[in-house]
Amino acid sequence: METSLAERIATDPNYQALTDRRRSFSWKLTIAMLVVYYGYILLIAFGKDILAMPIGQGVMTWGVPIGFGVIIFTIAITAVYVYRANNEFDDLTEKVKREALK
Amino acid sequence: MKLSVKYGVVVAALLMLPSLALAADVIQGGEKQATNWTAIVMFGIFVVGTLFITKWAAAKTKSAADFYTAGGGITGFQNGLAIAGDYMSAASFLGISAAVMVSGYDGLIYSIGFLVGWPIVTFLLAEKLRNLGQFTFADVAAFRFAQTPVRIFAASGTLVVVSFYLIAQMVGAGALIQLLFGLDYWIAVVIVGVLMMVYVLFGGMTATTWVQIIKACLLLGGATFMAFMVMLHYGFSPEAMFADAVRIKTDIALTGGADPEDAATTGRSIMGPGNFIKDPISAISFGMALMFGTAGLPHILMRFFTVPSAKEARKSVMWATSWIGYFYLLTFIIGFGAIAFVLTNPEFLDNEGGLIGGVNMAAVHLAGAVGGDILLGFISAVAFATILAVVAGLTLSGASAVGHDLYATVICKGEADGDAVLKVSRITTLALGVLAVLLGIAFQNMNIAFMVSLAFAVAASANFPVLFMSILWKDCTTRGAVVGGFVGLLLSVGLTIISPSVWEATLHNPPGSAPFPYTSPALFSVIAAFVTIWIVSKLDNGKRAQIDRAGYLGQRVRSETGIGASGASDH
Repeated sequence: METSLAERIATDPNYQALTDRRRSFSWKLTIAMLVVYYGYILLIAFGKDILAMPIGQGVMTWGVPIGFGVIIFTIAITAVYVYRANNEFDDLTEKVKREALK
Repeated sequence: MKLSVKYGVVVAALLMLPSLALAADVIQGGEKQATNWTAIVMFGIFVVGTLFITKWAAAKTKSAADFYTAGGGITGFQNGLAIAGDYMSAASFLGISAAVMVSGYDGLIYSIGFLVGWPIVTFLLAEKLRNLGQFTFADVAAFRFAQTPVRIFAASGTLVVVSFYLIAQMVGAGALIQLLFGLDYWIAVVIVGVLMMVYVLFGGMTATTWVQIIKACLLLGGATFMAFMVMLHYGFSPEAMFADAVRIKTDIALTGGADPEDAATTGRSIMGPGNFIKDPISAISFGMALMFGTAGLPHILMRFFTVPSAKEARKSVMWATSWIGYFYLLTFIIGFGAIAFVLTNPEFLDNEGGLIGGVNMAAVHLAGAVGGDILLGFISAVAFATILAVVAGLTLSGASAVGHDLYATVICKGEADGDAVLKVSRITTLALGVLAVLLGIAFQNMNIAFMVSLAFAVAASANFPVLFMSILWKDCTTRGAVVGGFVGLLLSVGLTIISPSVWEATLHNPPGSAPFPYTSPALFSVIAAFVTIWIVSKLDNGKRAQIDRAGYLGQRVRSETGIGASGASDH
């Protein structure tokens, strides 16, 4: 890409809105994922008893819903990002493109 | 072999090998089974079907873009299935369900590690990769840098990862097929090698992708059916399934001579974390290798270039994450199903109470138990197809590193003729295929358990930091990326060699003598790579460094918007 075009796009308010919002959103979600996964790992390392505790009178332990919860969370957090990106971020990208190629 | 010994083998194996190596490790030394004709016929149907697809794909594979990226004509949904297929290897399926059968909850912990890298790829890399790259991840890593050094680094990273991964797959394939089909080891390795070369040579990425998609559908379908049958047996009550499994494990312990209290503890132990995590450092290090390794595996990254736009790249990961997550839920149910249907059925047990063919046959025996010979044959054929599809993707990724990165960019300085590049890629495919077969035979009796974990560690420590810093940090320079990348590469390989899995298990030094005590080097080598990139870039004020930094704005705008990206400008 030519530098002049890149500079022109970089000053477009829509571009700034797109990159600012996407960056902060992406990092927040990344940190959330890291906290959940390494939280789970630390729970395994230091709190085995919590995961091995039966739920009520049954055989099933808290570890099962928590483990399944991490899997569901992983899919859900990806879906949250994709949903916002498909709508808000793609709309902004379209605006930036139209402006740039005018 | 007694069950308790196998327990130890699997848990030890689980700690270090994320893939097929697991199957190979435990299966190695297993005796050849009777020839399984149902499985062979079903596999034959799969091969004939995929060869027709290859013929169709060959007609469409004319340019280098067709060969490397299927001309960018794969949709997000299709690509999601293909990525999931690359990930759901025979080891994920057989290894994780076996691990659940043997140690219960630990199998779930292990599978979660494989899944959690995907959101990170989605949030930080997938769209930017598509917007910046053309054929290989080196296109992205070298976008604003001096081409020659960065490409040489990226090709080295790719070839190291691909080689270790290929050897592990080939050895696993030979051992597994010997068991499932009753074929000789070397015949199995040659069949895998030849078919893989046919797919890649003639059908390029189009054939490789469709083979992977078909296999992913077959595997998901077969696994869904098995999990459904298990749940049906328990009236769809997880509590009933878990209670039954605990009761069976307790009975087995009682039969083995344990007193009632110990037996009850053993039975309950499958419902909580066991020996999977020895020490927190190994746990975190291993978690890092899996999480960031996912974002640095060249044959996975390459798939982001097969879709037409950043939006489709994003959809790919969404689908891939969903399928892989769903698949791991199934393997958990299948593992518990195997406790009830396989461990209690003398038909599947040898004289000492172990599983016929080793613990990795858990899912295969379960298929026989819930679906008879037809499902048994089907699942065996799918396991073979899985290995085939994965090695095809790996080989293609190695061929693109040599053809596109080394030949076209480094040797010809970007002036190469398209046909010549294709020719080099095809010769590389042949060479890699022959090499994979020879190494597969040479390594037959070696302990190759560490190889896939090494591939993940190198991907996390070399490829990922360079990719990440070149895309997201404006002050990164050519020198920083190359020096830091090689530090990550050498450190991850070096630390693996002096870790217990190689130093003791493969090089036969006495137990406890390994200089590096942890399971995975990732915690140290990933951080070392990032720090080196940062320091070297900060100290780099040469002429090239100024060009590198000046190029950041253009790269950033393109990575964010896709303006200027190939195949994305059709708006």
